[in-house]
Amino acid sequence: MSAESNVRTLTIDGEEISARADQTILEAAREHKLAIPTLCHLDGLSEVGACRMCLVEVKGARRLLPACVTRVEEGMEVTTHNPKIDRYRTMILELFFAERNHICSICVANGNCELQSLALTLGMTHVEIPYQYPQLPVDASHPRFTVDHNRCVLCTRCVRVCSEIEGANTWGVMGRGAQSLVITDLKEPWGESETCTSCGKCVQVCPTGALFEKDRAGSKVRKQPDFLPYLRIMREGEQ
Amino acid sequence: MPRTIVIDPVTRLEGHGKITLQLDEAGIVQDATFHVTQLRGFEKFCEGRPFYEMPNITARICGICPVSHLVASSKACDAILAVRIPAVAADLRRVMNLAQLVQSHALSFFYLSSPDLLLGMDAPAEERSILHVAHTHPSIGADGVALRQFGQRIIELLAGKRIHPGWTVPGGVNEPLSAEKRDTILGMIPAAKAAIVRTLEWFRGCVEKFSAEIEVFANFPTLFMGLVDEHGLPEYYDGSLRIIDSEGNVIAGELNPAHYAEFIGEAVEPYTYMKFPYYKPLGYPGGTYRVGPLARLNLAERCDTPLADEAWRAFRAMSPRPLLSSFHYHYARLIEMLHAAEKIESLVANQAILDKHVRATALVNSLEGVGVAEAPRGTLIHHYKVDENGLITWANLVIATGHNNAAMNRGILQTARHYVQGENIAEGMLNRVEAVVRTFDPCLSCSTHALGRMPLAIELCAPDGSLIREVRRN
Repeated sequence: MSAESNVRTLTIDGEEISARADQTILEAAREHKLAIPTLCHLDGLSEVGACRMCLVEVKGARRLLPACVTRVEEGMEVTTHNPKIDRYRTMILELFFAERNHICSICVANGNCELQSLALTLGMTHVEIPYQYPQLPVDASHPRFTVDHNRCVLCTRCVRVCSEIEGANTWGVMGRGAQSLVITDLKEPWGESETCTSCGKCVQVCPTGALFEKDRAGSKVRKQPDFLPYLRIMREGEQ
Repeated sequence: MPRTIVIDPVTRLEGHGKITLQLDEAGIVQDATFHVTQLRGFEKFCEGRPFYEMPNITARICGICPVSHLVASSKACDAILAVRIPAVAADLRRVMNLAQLVQSHALSFFYLSSPDLLLGMDAPAEERSILHVAHTHPSIGADGVALRQFGQRIIELLAGKRIHPGWTVPGGVNEPLSAEKRDTILGMIPAAKAAIVRTLEWFRGCVEKFSAEIEVFANFPTLFMGLVDEHGLPEYYDGSLRIIDSEGNVIAGELNPAHYAEFIGEAVEPYTYMKFPYYKPLGYPGGTYRVGPLARLNLAERCDTPLADEAWRAFRAMSPRPLLSSFHYHYARLIEMLHAAEKIESLVANQAILDKHVRATALVNSLEGVGVAEAPRGTLIHHYKVDENGLITWANLVIATGHNNAAMNRGILQTARHYVQGENIAEGMLNRVEAVVRTFDPCLSCSTHALGRMPLAIELCAPDGSLIREVRRN
């Protein structure tokens, strides 16, 4: 394939841009400093399109498409922001808040939470969907880390980082729909997991306070997921 | 005809409650009850949470005294970690606790009670507010605002924000104090001390006008309880519990606060969500005791700072035995503010306060922890049990206002019997019934850990319990 045929030209929010054929709308947009909100996406991890925060409108498509898993195409006309998209995103965000118990005021991630930041950015002033108040467990059996399912948004970043970067495959998902839970091994207590290397990458990539370090509780915890792309490059370089 | 008066809601309190006054056929007050009418259930819904979240969770009990809960809760968590926290961390927590004391006392004295003291108990209801005080007595109003700001600003400098700061954590505090912030705090001290001294002088001059109220505002023998250090000096952060009787005899000294359950029982009455703690050896209600500023100054040997000690001597010189009228809570509050400002100064002036090692870390080393500190309103106890992973399995909070509950009820009865008679009850009389509650500065939202609006109500009931009159302000 020639270099020319590998390039796609499209418009995002009226701006004409070019992108590589293997790029997603999200990658192309961010390369051109066009903002699209995301939650499950993290640079350095594979895409799953789970959270739907990055929905965009593509002319000719019958429904909104997730920018993180939709490849650019020649002549594509993409809209990242309009009242309909904003309404969808806010509703999705409200569903996240209603589904579990997100109590920012007492959360270890308060002030450093991607879910909270999205609510601020998108101007979510209240939640119209009835809160579900599920009774979910907290697993504090690991000596260094805790998982609080009340704050989990099922983005599966922990699952992916454990599999793709650390290679331990400790994390997985059980159940279906809103009843899904991230689990360690075959739902063993985290502290009893035989595969966990206690590397802490899952904690660093978790966008909320669902995974956190015990001795940082009450601190202004700032997670550091930015290391992933570098780590990935370094590890691929070794192979 | 028998009657019931209801004052609902009682105003200028922190939290929601009401008062019921039971009158007999002749219109004489037979009984009085103080109801705290809402429940929040913090002790229950904390179960299952990691213990290190407890300071932040319990701080949300109250927006006035979150720091008190942060301190007591952090100490309970220290006990679960079973660590000795760095000395500087304890001192930094001390400074924040004292700053909290100043801002809360300023709120109680100036914002809530000064309208009664300055304008008189019989002043029109619409004038009895801090806003009116600011208009009629601008310098006193300004001192009140400045002192509240003084306390809140120190909390902000230490912890990053004024209300619900997350800085106090199990094992110590999050961040050390910078020299710059230390200097800012020191720079604020002289003005604060001057404002408190001015207020003390004014209060001493006007207190005689309230001799009638002093006589009947919860003026009866009870025990008094509070923390003291090894020399019998007032201690707000650590130390042991001392209990004295109304003659000033120490009936229990050097009580280990961690063993509070051995000597403090909690009785329950059907008409209120607030419990009635009592001194176990004397039973309920014989073991009724009071806590807070009056109790602390009654049971201390002296104050360990010069200005406060001088004020304390003048205060105690009013009676050869402990001062029994709860009206004197106001006076005691002012002396404590002065003491706190001086203590903050001496703690912060010490170069060691800038030490960078401010937190000890550990895992769960004890399955149970008790944290006790003096909140503005009195002794605050947090007691947690955890499983081996540190998840809370049981929690008990004994709140300062609760300790005073039995005395408050008796005080309302005493005041109502004196001022309320028959059917035609003047507003000023009912205001005195409320004012006796205000002397204790109860924090009703804390005491039941209850969610509520500020005001409180008074009910007047017939002997058969039927409601005759209700005074409710919204």
